[in-house]
Amino acid sequence: MKRGLAILIGLMVALGASLGGVSPAAASHEIVIGLQCDRTGATQVVGVNWCPGYHDYVALVNSKGGVEGHKIKVLEIDHEYKVPPAMEGYERFKKEGAVLIGLYGTPHTYALMKKLTEDKIPGTSPGFGSAGAANGSKYPYIFPIAATYWSQAAASVKWAKDQLGGSLKGKKIAYLMYDNPAGHEPKEIFEDLAKLEGFELKIFAVPPPGVEMGAQTLDIAQRYRADFVIAHLFGRSPSVSIKELKRVGYPLKKVVSFVWGSAEADVEAAGGYGVAEGYAGLQFAGVGQDYPVLNEIREMYKKQGKPAPKEMTQSAYYNRGPMVAAVHLEAIRNAVKAKPDGKITGADVKAGFEKVKGLTLGGLIPPLEFSPSDHEGGGWVQVFQVKGGKFVKATDWFKAYPEVVGKHVKEAK
Amino acid sequence: MIHRECGVLKTTYEADMALYPLPIARWTVAAVAVLMFVVLPLSVHEYYLSIVNLVSISVVGALGLNILVGYTGQISIGHGAFMSVGAYTAANFAVRLGFPFWLSLPLGGLMAAAVGAVVGIPSLRIKGLYLAIATLAGQLIIEWTINHVTFISGGVQASIQVPRPELFGYPIATQRQMYFFLLIFVVLALVATMNLVRSRIGRAFIAIRDHDIAAEIIGVNIFRYKLLAFAISSFYAGVTGVLYTYYQGIANYEQFQIVTSIDYLAMIIIGGLGSVLGSVFGATFVTLLPIVIRYTMEASGGLLFSEAAVRNLIPNLRLILFGALIIFFLVVEPEGLNRLWRNIRNYFRLWPFAY
Repeated sequence: MKRGLAILIGLMVALGASLGGVSPAAASHEIVIGLQCDRTGATQVVGVNWCPGYHDYVALVNSKGGVEGHKIKVLEIDHEYKVPPAMEGYERFKKEGAVLIGLYGTPHTYALMKKLTEDKIPGTSPGFGSAGAANGSKYPYIFPIAATYWSQAAASVKWAKDQLGGSLKGKKIAYLMYDNPAGHEPKEIFEDLAKLEGFELKIFAVPPPGVEMGAQTLDIAQRYRADFVIAHLFGRSPSVSIKELKRVGYPLKKVVSFVWGSAEADVEAAGGYGVAEGYAGLQFAGVGQDYPVLNEIREMYKKQGKPAPKEMTQSAYYNRGPMVAAVHLEAIRNAVKAKPDGKITGADVKAGFEKVKGLTLGGLIPPLEFSPSDHEGGGWVQVFQVKGGKFVKATDWFKAYPEVVGKHVKEAK
Repeated sequence: MIHRECGVLKTTYEADMALYPLPIARWTVAAVAVLMFVVLPLSVHEYYLSIVNLVSISVVGALGLNILVGYTGQISIGHGAFMSVGAYTAANFAVRLGFPFWLSLPLGGLMAAAVGAVVGIPSLRIKGLYLAIATLAGQLIIEWTINHVTFISGGVQASIQVPRPELFGYPIATQRQMYFFLLIFVVLALVATMNLVRSRIGRAFIAIRDHDIAAEIIGVNIFRYKLLAFAISSFYAGVTGVLYTYYQGIANYEQFQIVTSIDYLAMIIIGGLGSVLGSVFGATFVTLLPIVIRYTMEASGGLLFSEAAVRNLIPNLRLILFGALIIFFLVVEPEGLNRLWRNIRNYFRLWPFAY
């Protein structure tokens, strides 16, 4: 017992010493970005590929001398998809002088919304968070920078319309969704579009954790006999939906998934490309491995004598890293242009975001264009479809029903 | 804590029942109060205060759960849901009716207490693991309700933005202001709990925990006290939810899911069931440990691995270490950190003698 106590006290002292040993970052012209990540939580399959992609792109820019001569430093925290660590991480970013926060996860975006606005630090929420945040005048410091769930809903209806011969009159569309706020968010868009296009919509909710949907898929295929399925699922659910729809004999080419069910990992978990032939998914960044910027990253690794990162094979998630990083650095570049000494603030970066335009990275990024009122950048998506054992580009960048989405953005709370 | 207990002569019942019978204990409490209220907020960076804020909120929640699980012996996995009840109640009052925090906070707590008492009804007939599953059902039902009833959740996004709390017209927004705001509630919760457990109600709770049949025979009204335990515990949970809501400026149930309930159970088990100080220790341990591990890893990880590998290793090692340390502490002292602390204190009390 005594020895145990001695060890314990020693441990505590050691912990105290390690706490005291943390020194604040030296003031330099390094521009600091805070990046939230989830490498161990509920959505780790995304985080372990997305975040390396982000870091690789920043390393690439740094290896070329940084942004306008200023090096970029990325601080990363893994918040395990829990809110308190995300808040602690944010305060840490702030202490280190971060001028921009890459958020990750809808609950975390909501939890930090007010803080970001008060502290005047822009935060980006690509593919999650609140669709209403596209409204830049209501949410000045939140930037979705990628198609929100509202835009994705509009795009998926457009895709369904094109697949069903150009008209949805009298057609039946099933919306298979994960039963959480993010799943409910696009409902209002679907309802408006149902009126506009004259289709019938039925919602099939999958309760968390979303690995059981035999009943819903059977209903879709046999009883409701949907003409098209729009799926909005997360985590392990997308692969389950592919499997189950296949099992009940629903043609997968009449299924389109939102951006969190359209990655290689989902298809692999469902049993491989042979099973998922015809399955289509929306993307807000390019998919595949032959983009100029990815070649440059591979070059960079080659120079260091290392193999290309294995995360690249999960291109749907990996490519979102460079995409988000490129938009971030473009905003910082615009801010630095206004303040060449590199001592920029969050407000400068916000103004920089609103000037981003004409960035394509050789097709990896849609033609985003931001303004003080539009923080989404247009709501562009691409559809990639499983054909012959890989994801094949099925459409170019497009946006659908901008007037319907725009009306909701304007009314956003 | 090297002190002697000689020279302390109690001549009244009041003195015998005092919260801190020894002068040294009173001095310690005073010193801690000065440290927390004066020294700490004036001397450290806002970032460290933000960590203390997270701990503060957890302490209130852990105290509440400890009243139910530690003192009354009713296992609950629905604590997170009661937090969301408090959060949404307060948010609705604050936004729709413009209530100030000193009204919406107790209202959120009371609503959670009412819901908690209802969820606690099965505890009159079932015990132990069966009850745990019943409270788990409560957690899921509350989550579903908030998600689907837009009247409560304020829209499909199930999140309500609330304005910052105001005191005499001053908004409480920065971490430093929040620190004092939260600390006051921590003090209130601590004092209330310490006094609750040495009152008639607390004794009834402990009697039910130790042997409910015997408690009933000596005249403890089981029906009343079990529901009261659920109500009081849920009141604390509701207040925790309200504090979270004001701290973030938004009520959002997605952060009060089952994982949160489990986290709070972990806090009180690590800290020590049935002890006030244990709740504080547990909340501090569970909140701080991941942060400490990450700093240690960042400081030392670069010596062994490349940067990209460190980034991948830190989160995973943190989970492993966190789990290992919990196991280690519980093996060393199954009754939690509070018992460990008492052992250390008793060792020094008799030092240099062994007994």
